[in-house]
Amino acid sequence: MNTYFLKRILYVIPITLAVSFFCFSLVHLSPGDPMDAVVSPDAPSEVVAMVQRAYGFDRPLPEQFGLWVSRAVQGDLGMSAANGRAVTTEVFGALKNTLLLAIAASMIGFSLGCTFGVLAGYYQGSLLDRLVTGFAVGGVSVPHYWLGMLLVIIFSVELNWLPSSGAGPGSSSDWNFEWSYLRHLILPAVTLSVIPMGVVTRTVRAMVADVLAHEFVEALRAKGLAERRIFLHVIKNVAPTALAVMGLQLGYLLGGSILVETVFSWPGTGLLLNNAIFQRDLPILQGTILILALFFVALNLMVDLIQARLDPRIQRG
Amino acid sequence: MTSTSIDVASKVEAPSIAPSRGYWGPVFRRLSRDPVALIAGIILLCILAMALFSPWLAPMDPYKTSMINRLQPIGTPGHWLGTDELGRDMLSRLIYGARLSLLIGVMPIVNAFVIGSAIGIVAGFVGGKTNTVCMRIIDVFYAFPAVLLAIALAGALGAGIVNSLFSLTVVFIPPIARVAESVTTQVRSVDYIEAARASGAGSLKIIRCHVLGNVLSPIFVYATSLVSVSMILASGLSFLGLGARPPMPEWGLMLNTLRDAIYVNPWITILPGVMIFTVSICFNTLSDGLRSAMDVKL
Repeated sequence: MNTYFLKRILYVIPITLAVSFFCFSLVHLSPGDPMDAVVSPDAPSEVVAMVQRAYGFDRPLPEQFGLWVSRAVQGDLGMSAANGRAVTTEVFGALKNTLLLAIAASMIGFSLGCTFGVLAGYYQGSLLDRLVTGFAVGGVSVPHYWLGMLLVIIFSVELNWLPSSGAGPGSSSDWNFEWSYLRHLILPAVTLSVIPMGVVTRTVRAMVADVLAHEFVEALRAKGLAERRIFLHVIKNVAPTALAVMGLQLGYLLGGSILVETVFSWPGTGLLLNNAIFQRDLPILQGTILILALFFVALNLMVDLIQARLDPRIQRG
Repeated sequence: MTSTSIDVASKVEAPSIAPSRGYWGPVFRRLSRDPVALIAGIILLCILAMALFSPWLAPMDPYKTSMINRLQPIGTPGHWLGTDELGRDMLSRLIYGARLSLLIGVMPIVNAFVIGSAIGIVAGFVGGKTNTVCMRIIDVFYAFPAVLLAIALAGALGAGIVNSLFSLTVVFIPPIARVAESVTTQVRSVDYIEAARASGAGSLKIIRCHVLGNVLSPIFVYATSLVSVSMILASGLSFLGLGARPPMPEWGLMLNTLRDAIYVNPWITILPGVMIFTVSICFNTLSDGLRSAMDVKL
């Protein structure tokens, strides 16, 4: 374990604290008393005082933050103001569905992105390159919530092939690996995969083109190495950056699926967050954002560590 | 969601040309030889004109409802692009929608460009502790995916255009500041800055005369590449009901209110999205063109 790895791991601590502080202050950013969401405005003052004590709102802010963090560490993020259920239960239940969607979308997006990127990088300037590049620009520019609606119109309304909403038959939110469930996953996953596809294509294309322009490739060719072996050298050079980009994209999918989940009524964290915003359910809002952000921090850490492992130059800074 | 350049934005070569009179000439000449970027620019100008002159261009009042003419299909005489769920003329609403949609999509980038550049340039130029403190605070914002941060802020602050502008500005300050800091750090150690300091120039003068000219164009190019994301996010916030309020004509909001009509008249409902997509793809293409025309490597 060298200093780079140690430093990078230790750096997570202040970031985690700062992220928690941000989520904590979200409640205080919102207009009105945070109490308003918990008790009705015409509740008797004893009730208000009691709830205030229970939630700790009667103490000074730094103390409230400390209390909140110490509870959060023990896995208690409070109760939903809307239905009284534990925030952690709600969020982790939804996170499962979001993860499923994000992983499906990233598998589609990454495999297409890598293939397109390598092809376009190899045949730079060709018609294929132009087609792929145009496709990728479209992928990063498309408002995905709109693309979702478009796919629903084509495949659900006009052709009636695939369901337009929900995660399974009926209104069930538990998932099984059966065709009746998989059908529900197709449209949201394809919709969500378009952005990572575009981003990965653009990155891989640029990287492949860059590596191919290096002199060592020429030297390998001159040496008489088969094109297939040269390809391996190219991949080795592209992999660290490509992996880093893909890791981050996976994180963006987790946090960014809210719009697509809303379009498809997919019972994940995005839909949970959306409902929480409109019911002014601040504990859920706070909890969902905290957990998603911590997930993202952990993912970032993993990406950095893997990248440094693959590319020792990074460790030397 | 956000383009990769946010994260791979560390390697920036300081451009060698200072913005004198002769700077923009070659840039425009190179840009005009790039037909794709040129077309994107022209389309954007048309949409801008649409926004500016909407009262003259729109055939009808975008707020006038008509219960008997609801959800008319595309091609209806008098309503060439049909009508929405309250019988309002789609064409007029799309034209008027350009005003608000462009405003809430572009303004956050303009704000973030000014604030982010200022933070980044000062941090990069002063260096030392100031730099560390600024950049560590910025790092915290990187712990959130952009969409999540925007929705968290807008959701906590409540719906409204001002809140949505504010949230998006906060989202885009960190990436711009990071780029500004890295370009400035590189420029700071260049010999002529040393020479200027040796001949007695103050920090402010050095920043104004020598640093700004060298760092603004890469930061500007980077900022233009963010406009498309900002457009999508701004309309996305409205789509969620966190931005513009009905009955305002705004593309994202129009998509949201038309969603219920998806089984009645599906093709009308996608029109506002076509507009968002067009603007977004044009900004991306123009930004790519600008990047190669200005010879900026980000």
